[in-house]
Amino acid sequence: MNDKVTLMKGNEALAMAAIRYGADGYFGYPITPQSEVLEKLEEEMPWETTGMVVLQAESEVAAINMVYAGASCGKAVMTSTSSPGFSLMQEGMSYMAASEVPALVINVMRGGPGLGTIHPSQADYFQACKGGGHGDYRMVVLAPASVQEMADFVGLGWDLAFKYRCVSMILADGLIGQMMEKVVLPEQRPRRTDEEVERQCPWAVTGRTGMRPKNIITSLELDDDIMEANNLRFQATYRLIEQNEVRYETVDTEGCDYLIVAFGSMARIAMKTMELAAQEGIKVGLLRPITLWPFPYKEIAQVAAGVKGILVPELSAGQMIEDVKLAVECKVPVEHTGRMGGNVPTPEEVLDALKNQLIK
Amino acid sequence: MENNDIIRPENLVYKKPALLNDAHMHYCPGCSHGVVHKLVAEVIEEMGMAEKAIGVSPVGCAVFAYNYIDIDWLEAAHGRATAMATATKRLMPNKLVFTYQGDGDFAAIGTCESIHSCNRGENIAIIFINNAIYGMTGGQMAPTTLLGQKTATCPYGRRADLNGYPLSITPLLAQLDGTCYVTRQSVHKPASVRKAKAAIRKAFENSMAGKGTSVVEIVSTCNTGWKLSPEKANLWMEENMFAKYPLGDLKDVESKK
Amino acid sequence: MAKVRGAVTVNTERCKGCNLCVVACPSQVLDLQQKEVNNRGYHFAYMAQPDKCIGCQSCSLVCPDACIEVYRVIEK
Repeated sequence: MNDKVTLMKGNEALAMAAIRYGADGYFGYPITPQSEVLEKLEEEMPWETTGMVVLQAESEVAAINMVYAGASCGKAVMTSTSSPGFSLMQEGMSYMAASEVPALVINVMRGGPGLGTIHPSQADYFQACKGGGHGDYRMVVLAPASVQEMADFVGLGWDLAFKYRCVSMILADGLIGQMMEKVVLPEQRPRRTDEEVERQCPWAVTGRTGMRPKNIITSLELDDDIMEANNLRFQATYRLIEQNEVRYETVDTEGCDYLIVAFGSMARIAMKTMELAAQEGIKVGLLRPITLWPFPYKEIAQVAAGVKGILVPELSAGQMIEDVKLAVECKVPVEHTGRMGGNVPTPEEVLDALKNQLIK
Repeated sequence: MENNDIIRPENLVYKKPALLNDAHMHYCPGCSHGVVHKLVAEVIEEMGMAEKAIGVSPVGCAVFAYNYIDIDWLEAAHGRATAMATATKRLMPNKLVFTYQGDGDFAAIGTCESIHSCNRGENIAIIFINNAIYGMTGGQMAPTTLLGQKTATCPYGRRADLNGYPLSITPLLAQLDGTCYVTRQSVHKPASVRKAKAAIRKAFENSMAGKGTSVVEIVSTCNTGWKLSPEKANLWMEENMFAKYPLGDLKDVESKK
Repeated sequence: MAKVRGAVTVNTERCKGCNLCVVACPSQVLDLQQKEVNNRGYHFAYMAQPDKCIGCQSCSLVCPDACIEVYRVIEK
């Protein structure tokens, strides 16, 4: 037994992983079901140990703009929120994309629209993957399905954000945020020194050290040709991310007759569904997208070539199913099932849907 | 003595600060922004902080401040400058972090961030240009537009029953425990320019000394928006603006000690 | 008795002819060019009465475009 294994909530794992990564700052506003992130950070007092800044902002609007500033300074900064709060952050998301700054944003989804419910949901898929803010932009969207992945994706998210100068998002849901599981936290890394930040991020606003030419972080460009060139540069980065960073997991897809494509907590429920199906002699495989953007289109198409039908269970009215349909290009029947409003389907409900909608 | 004998390097007593670069400023002729930009550049230069200064520019006429003053800059979303300055200063406490904001940015869309940054006592300096109108978007009503003042969105003059009252925000900020220095200045006369510069210097020094938030409101003109010549705009400001926004220190924690 | 003499130079291409320096000058030294304009079409400021300048910097302080340099000597 690994003596480093600890038991904690998904939200707490996010906080601990951030400290261990050597994060420079967290700026957030309490909202259920993710307030434990800020609570855990305040309890841990990382400013006394690593020097990490933790600040409860006056709103999600202020929080995301604090993150925007910290990211513009080349710092490893983050925020976490839940659906209504993420809506408020869309302004900042768009500005950060336009300014090409690296940041980590976490949305522990709850049911909507509006204030909705505090219970789990996956209904912010469109908002995260298709851009909730204005303009043509993308961000890396990581969908954890366990507390361990909550911890692991913090570091992965920042690494990708710094590699591509983009925003990374962890799109979790209330289930993953609230559940307690065993987790192995990463080793503590030191925070980068000012010199290391300036070396890694020569574009960052740090003051004109050594009277270097000034750095300006702005999303504004009134020259149409330059703004178009900026947009083309953003798109080129996104194409690069699509080439390099697609992540997914497959379970029992070889020789399966039916495929379930599900992410996050829904994928865990689907694992049980597969067991139940196997007992009835139905061979079901699972493909779990880990990056929701970039989406594993090709990988789904490859598996889909050998199956009779695909079920896309989601905690929404059906959002990711649109990408699955794009992936298979109408060559295979694709059906959706799901619950909304904070409800979570049972494995049996998912199996019934599979049988009723695909096998008939 | 001929002019040529006077105009010699050894006799130079005033020149453009080097941090204010040669780019042609987009401001209208006679705009107060130019004077304040000049003062900011002078103070940073005189404090020897060019390597450590970080400005946060707003949405409004001063959106391009970063093109004119040669320090590092962040360009904020509308109203969010003090939130950005908060994080910047907290993440890099040894830097000189200030915001430069107009009345719409600071006192309308950014009121929440403005008040809370001041209330937290962030060690930042806020330069707040109050010209009682939205300049960049073409002269619409500002939160600080005076009653009776005509703008593009109150073309018959601001009415309290329709538009609410002009917001005098700095006295509110002076009440907050987080502010250490809140002052109202102008830049329409040589003496007022000198005082405004001293106020900016004090605000910047406060931020480096970790004394809390300093707010320097500059009651300014927008002669284009007001549809007056620059000199008449100055007179109109003296006659109308100063009654609602009287000049002077509203709070100075230092002077009490 | 020592007499203070001053002179200014105007960066004529930077000047926008706003007239604020003309108004600020206590000695009526400055004026705007009546006919001549710079490349942007502004009637820029110039020393109309150079002998009266006392180098007080009033013009340069109020100038929004920082186009005025001031020189001063004390004649003995």
